Amino acid sequence: MMISCKEATRLVSQGMDRKLGPWAWLRLRLHLAICDACSAFTRQMHFVRRAVQRLGSRLP
Amino acid sequence: MKSFAARVEEERPYLVRYASLQLRDSHAAEDAVQEALVAALAGEASFAGRSNLRTWLTGILKHKIVDIIRRASRESTLAPDPLAEVAELDMLFDATGHWADAPSAWPDPDNSLEQKQFFAVLEECLARLPAKTARAFMMREHMGFETDEICKELAVTPTHCWVLLYRARMALRECLQTNWFRQ
Repeated sequence: MMISCKEATRLVSQGMDRKLGPWAWLRLRLHLAICDACSAFTRQMHFVRRAVQRLGSRLP
Repeated sequence: MKSFAARVEEERPYLVRYASLQLRDSHAAEDAVQEALVAALAGEASFAGRSNLRTWLTGILKHKIVDIIRRASRESTLAPDPLAEVAELDMLFDATGHWADAPSAWPDPDNSLEQKQFFAVLEECLARLPAKTARAFMMREHMGFETDEICKELAVTPTHCWVLLYRARMALRECLQTNWFRQ
């Protein structure tokens, strides 16, 4: 049931591109609930997304 | 009042920057923009009534960029990305899948979004990504395509597509950690 951090990062990334299946989603949620490192990682991933979008809109 | 052609021409520098970010090749970017501007001038009538010229032009440009990407994928001018990159990704985790160097929260990231220097670092990090990885990532995050379109245009399997996007994100995170958020 418990997934590794490596697997969690893969699911975080996939979740940014498609809706995860219910099992994958649940396993990821359970992991993030107890893992500070992967929670920080998740926020960083969403930050990177915003930054790249901002890069486009900042063009002169 | 400026002519339509003059207003379109004014957007050229923006469009070239936009295309360059995606294509990473200034000649290809110029070509894409040239094609887009020709199409835009021929299609002036279809702009009528729309409020934002830049948005409209960017929409046309995206199609031209995708044409170039499609041609390149068909001719496979883009070499597969080096395997070393995969090994690099593996180094982030130990044998049991735990972080070798666990991420901790970045301090006040929103403040970074206000800083010019941050975006210079981000561009540098993007430039370091291998070609195919960067192409997939920028199609997703810069041009806003869905992954099935990206896989199709790059002629790669969906699984490979996820891997490219995953690798790009991991590499960018590492690069920003090292070059911007390092305490």
